[in-house]
Formats: sequence, structure tokens, C-alpha cells
Amino acid sequence: MILAQSEGFDPLNPRIEIGQWADDLVSWFEDTFKPVLDLISDGLGGAYDGLSNALREPSVILIVLLFGLIGLLFWERFPPLRALSMSFVVVPIVLGGAAGWGVHALGEELESQFLALLIVFALIGWLVRSWAFGIFSAVAFYVVAGMDEWDRAMETLSLVLISVIIATLIGVPLGILAAKSQVVSNAIRPVLDFMQTMPAMVYLIPTLFAFGIGVVPGMISTIVFAMPPGVRLTEHGIRNVDTEVVEAGQAFGSPPLRILRQIQLPLALPTIMAGINQVIMLALSMVVLAAMVGAAGLGLEVVRGLQGLQIPRGAEAGLAVVVLAIFLDRIVAALADRAPVVRASRVRD
Amino acid sequence: MAAVRAEGLYKVFGRKADLAVQQLKQGASREEVAKLGVTPAVIDASFEVEPGEIFVVMGLSGSGKSTLIRMLNGLWHATDGHIYVDGTDIVNAHGAELRQMRKEKISMVFQHFALLPHLTVAENAAYALDIQGMPKEERFARAEEALEMVGLGGWGDRFPVQLSGGMKQRVGLARALAAGSEIMLMDEAFSALDPLIKREMQEQLLQLQSSLNKTIVFITHDLNEAMRLGDRIAVMRDGRIVQIGTAEEVLNDPANDYVAQFVADVDRTRVLTASSIMEPAQFVVNADSGPREAQYTMREKQMVAAFAVGRRGDKLHGVVHDQDVVSAVRRGDKSLEGIIDTDVGAVHQDTYLVDLFAPSAENPLPLPVIDDEKRLVGVVPRVTLLSAMASIADVVHTADSPAQDAATTGVTRGFGTEASNAGQGGDA
Ligand SMILES: Nc1ncnc2c1ncn2[C@@H]1O[C@H](COP(=O)(O)OP(=O)(O)O)[C@@H](O)[C@H]1O
Ligand SMILES: [Mg+2]
Repeated sequence: MILAQSEGFDPLNPRIEIGQWADDLVSWFEDTFKPVLDLISDGLGGAYDGLSNALREPSVILIVLLFGLIGLLFWERFPPLRALSMSFVVVPIVLGGAAGWGVHALGEELESQFLALLIVFALIGWLVRSWAFGIFSAVAFYVVAGMDEWDRAMETLSLVLISVIIATLIGVPLGILAAKSQVVSNAIRPVLDFMQTMPAMVYLIPTLFAFGIGVVPGMISTIVFAMPPGVRLTEHGIRNVDTEVVEAGQAFGSPPLRILRQIQLPLALPTIMAGINQVIMLALSMVVLAAMVGAAGLGLEVVRGLQGLQIPRGAEAGLAVVVLAIFLDRIVAALADRAPVVRASRVRD
Repeated sequence: MAAVRAEGLYKVFGRKADLAVQQLKQGASREEVAKLGVTPAVIDASFEVEPGEIFVVMGLSGSGKSTLIRMLNGLWHATDGHIYVDGTDIVNAHGAELRQMRKEKISMVFQHFALLPHLTVAENAAYALDIQGMPKEERFARAEEALEMVGLGGWGDRFPVQLSGGMKQRVGLARALAAGSEIMLMDEAFSALDPLIKREMQEQLLQLQSSLNKTIVFITHDLNEAMRLGDRIAVMRDGRIVQIGTAEEVLNDPANDYVAQFVADVDRTRVLTASSIMEPAQFVVNADSGPREAQYTMREKQMVAAFAVGRRGDKLHGVVHDQDVVSAVRRGDKSLEGIIDTDVGAVHQDTYLVDLFAPSAENPLPLPVIDDEKRLVGVVPRVTLLSAMASIADVVHTADSPAQDAATTGVTRGFGTEASNAGQGGDA
């Protein structure tokens, strides 16, 4: 078919059918990998549905678990507590869980779907960063709820979180490989450039064909678009670990994987976290595009606002995106700050 | 058996490394093979390091020292040649085999310390033991022992960022010591430290070595350091080892102009010993004889004082002064015993020149030089010491040495401290 078209090729008046070839490639791809595509589609779609439902209408179990986690953070955050015996650690988890149960009951009582999660976000903001940020988070998410964007914000958060997790799960190992092997590095660099510079709209089209309308093509495009900084910064971080320190590992007989685990990853962690932060920001920047192929959430609201030239709709959804962005950015940055290397570098007498 | 033996070792960086080695073996120069687009970093290096020895490899920056030392534990593969560690050729060893050898036999200390910044001092010191698979408690106990050895007992809870450069390197040293291996590689281990700290570390290393007896390959670009630490020194230039010998051999009998120029700069007062400048003792009388015989000898040679030396074994008893001898004769004493002054400031033959200044200044007589059996082996008259100093100073001030960048500052500063040390009787 490709041949048939190039038969009539006139070098002086060329028409190179790259668009057609891309189309052929996509259909071939679709036919060949149908089972795989279905698997991906079901997996991503299922994960998204599960998470967005859980966030919009959090069950008591989820809230209890989250509060247990907060109890643990609380414990870890305050040195006098940490100094107590390790077997004590169940106590804050159990206490946290109990508090979660109470908060959930209170939410039911007040018929407020968002209350429990809002408290979770605020507490995480406090424990991971500062009390000021905790208050900011509480107010910001309260405003989101007040704009009636809560459910959509949770849908967008689900889309972003799942995309980011997958982009990280693929991107970080790729970055490690690229740092270890010049061949891999050379091979993936142009691919990453391509993924990042190709207008994102363009690969919405093939994913649309492969996965149909809905949230899945949006997530795939988001993953593809957001992944490159994760790969790049991982590679950069690992390559920039002081060679002498890596040599020290080798000189004392440590095998390569152990050097990766004990030396390279811990030392590269702040850089890798910076990469993940960028992945999150890029993923958030994709929500509007994802909405164009059928993903729900804040993006869709922006698109509708655009189509209907409705300033209030667009503004409210846009502001909610900003709240998510600030929250995720500060949390990840604070986590990066708690990496062992960073902490150790701050120790003073 | 040598602890480490290198035989015809080559390391050439670049694609056509093997071809380059062939050409080098056929006598091509470094510059000629460089046309192949390769960098010959180590060329035909052969040497043996004996157990318990500090073997120093010295050369300017870029002469191939780091490359050489990294081949000894297989961090970098040799392009050609053989390396025997405890008799086993490791050049073709791979992966697990090499790692086993590093765990058991060779540890390393790095120029910039190479500590793991996210681990505590104790965890760093225990790192090698962790890799060896030692249980936690045991390895922390061993690490603490090693930290105590280097004077950092009780610092285990700190993080590297809290330590000064010298202390960091002590941790690096403790990590290598804790590993328990017989061979230690030290690549410019003290080069990143301030001169005073560096001196301290050198002393400490020597002190540790006197009890531990490790086999140490020590890399440096600092000639003074090489002279101070090395039982033997290999001088490297442009990838080749141009001379191997003791400090004195390298100083007094440089293999070629390059070495001669290099060593022109060294602080000889810290290398040369009393035995290398002493002169035969002429003013000697027999301690077992009577005052009359002594008086006769002294009058004959117009001495004002003489060293009293026992007949059997030449043992130095002390010094006798002319007026005491005359009085003893007048009194009719039968032996010299009553008039021998034992406070003569005798110095051992291995005393460094720098440590001769104080005794020499205090003593009007030439300094008697003795050996382990207290036998008088020679004397150092003050004039000899001063003229030795003068000739060294001449060399230092006129030399346009290739070691300028590396050693000059050390030497000039060295002289300053030498002068002040002299008054305090040195610090070694
Ligand atoms: N990985 C490498 N690739 C290419 N050339 C190298 C490499 N490492 C060192 N060299 C070259 O080998 C020579 C010796 O370097 P090195 O062993 O580091 O010297 P030194 O430690 O004596 O300063 C230098 O010319 C250096 O540029
Ligand atoms: Mg070097």
C-alpha cells in the first residue's frame, strides 16, 4: 500500500505521505497488540476508577488507614517520640486509626464527603512540611470544595497520581539503565526529546485510536509527556554521584546492585525527587488535553468553560488545578528534603 | 614472597590500546603511539612490594600514579602485563573473583576521602565489614576499635559533614583498617589536607604502621611526603617507573636527570640522617686505660677533650676533658672512671638532620654518633652540619625543578618550621 502510493512519486512536486504512514503504523500496531492494549486499558481504567471513587467517597477503611499513616508520620516527626522503643510504633498507628474512624463518623454526621480527606491533606501538609503549610492546605482545599470542584479535583488528582506513579516506575529504572550504559543513554536520548517536544495533541490521536475515548488515552498521553524529566534527572543524578565514592564501594568488594542501592540511589535521591516533581507538574499541565479525549475532572471543566466562553467555570477549575499543583509540589519538595543525604548534610553539633 | 608484584604492566586508554601496547613493546615512544589516538597512562611497570613495607609511588600529576594503583585492585583492567597479589595473578580475574580478593586482601584510602555522606562515622568505618557480611554488632565493635586506633573513638554518631578534612581522612583510614586486609592502597591520601594536618597524618600513619605492619602502596606527588613515609620509592614519569630505591638512594644517586631535578627540591634535613653526614671520630681515647695514656694521646693530637671508648666493642663511655685528665694524672688515679663525663649528647645514627640542630647547639664538642649497641660510629662536628645545610639551601634556592608546583611550597614552609623546630629539638 505504501509502495502503491510512492509509485506515482514526482520528485519535483513531492508529496511524502508521512501522515498516511503514521496512520498505517497505528492500525498495524492496534491489530497486532490488541490483547496487550486491552490489558493496559483495563488496568489503567480500573486503577483510575478505583482511586477516583475512593477519593470522592472515601470509605471508613481508607480514612482509618490514612490516619494510621499520619500517626506514623507524627511519631517519626518528633524526636522525643522516636526515641521511645520501636515496639511502641503500633501505638501511634492505632491511635491515628481511631482518630480516622472518628473523623469519618463526623463527616457522615455532617453529611460532608470532603471533610475527612481535607483533614488528611492538611495534616500531611503539616507533618511533611510545616504547620503554616498545613493551614494553607486546609484553606486551599476548603476553597476547592467551596467552588464545588471537589469531586472533579479528586478525579484529576487520581489521574495525575496514577500517571505519575507509572511514569516513575518506568522512568526511574530507565534512567538508571541510561546512567549505567552509554549505549542505552544514547538510544533513549532522541526518544525522550521526541516525547517532550512533539506537541502533546499529536499523540493524543493515536492513543485515542488505540484505546478509544475515555480516561485511558489521556493517561497514556500524560505518562508519555510527563516521563522524560524523570528519566533524565535520574540518569543525571546517578552519573553525578562522586566517582571516588562509587570506587570506594567497588574497592571494598561491593557488587554493582548493592552499590546502586547503598551508594548511588541514596546520593542521587534529591535529584531523582526533583525529576519526579517535574513529572507531576507536567502531568498536571496535561489535564486539559486529557479532557479533550474524554478524561473527566478539572480539565473537562476548563474545556467546557472554553467552549461555552464561561469565565467562572474556567476560572474555578483552573484555580483548583493550581491548588493541586502547589500542594503536590510542596509535598514532594519537602520529601526530597528529608532524603538521608540532605538530612545528613544539615546536621550540626 | 612479595605481597604485590607487577610485571610489565601497561594501561592504555583508547580504542587501539592493544596495538599501542605492541608498538610500545617494540620501542615506540609515548608520543609516537599517541598518534593512534590513545593515552598510554602506565607503560611497562614492574615492581615488587614486600610484606610490611610502605612502597611509595611518586610522580607529577598525570604521570599515571592513580591508574597504576587502580590496577592493583582491579578497579581498572590492565591492558597488558601481570599483577600478582599474594601470588595470584588478578589481571584476568573478573566479577565475583575480584570482589572476593578486594574484601579479603586489599583495602583503599582515597584522596577526597570518599565517605558516604548519608551514613554516620561508625557506619562508614563499618562499611567494608558490612560488605563482608559481618553481623551488625560485631562490625560496629570492630569499627569502633578502628576509630579508636586513628584517634576518633567516640565520634561514631557524627556525620561526615561535621568533621574536618583531617578527621574525615581518619575515618577513611579507619574504614580501611577495619576491613582487616593486609594490603592498603592509598591514592594521594593526604594531598587534600592542610600542610600541618598532613604532617600529623603522616606521623600517625607511621605510628600505626609500626604496630600493624601492613603492606602499603602510597601514592603522592609530594617528594617530602614520599621521603618521609617510603621504605622504598618508585619515581614515575610519563607512565614509566624511572627509578625504585630507598629515599637515600633516590636522593644521593638519582637514576637520571629527571629524578635529580625532582629531588633537588626535597627537604633533605628530614631525609638525610646523621650517618649520612658523619665523619670519622678522631679524638678518641681508650676508656679502659689510665689517665697517663689519655694525657699522652691528647697532647700528641692537641685535643681539649676526647671521647672515651671501651676497647671491647667500641662502646662510648663519655667524654674526658683536658684539665680533668691532667688533675687525674697529678692525683695518680689508676683509671679514667672518675673523670668521664657521660653527658655528651650522643645521637643515634638514624637521627634526621633536623633533629641534630638542638644537641649540636648545646654541645661545644662534635656530636658523637652511636649505633644500636651504643658503639661510637662517627661524629658530626657543627661545621659539618652547617655546611650540609648550606649545600641543601643552595640547591633549594637555585633549583628550577619540575616538582615546583607540587613540592616547593612544602619545602619553603618546611624550612621555616625546620628553623623553629631546631630550637625545640625537632618534633619527630
Ligand atoms: N579514564 C581515562 N580515560 C582516558 N585517559 C585517562 C583516564 N584516566 C586517566 N587518563 C590519563 O592517563 C594519564 C595518567 O593519569 P593518572 O593516572 O590519573 O595520573 P596521576 O594520578 O599520576 O595524576 C593522564 O594523562 C590522564 O589524562
Ligand atoms: Mg592521581
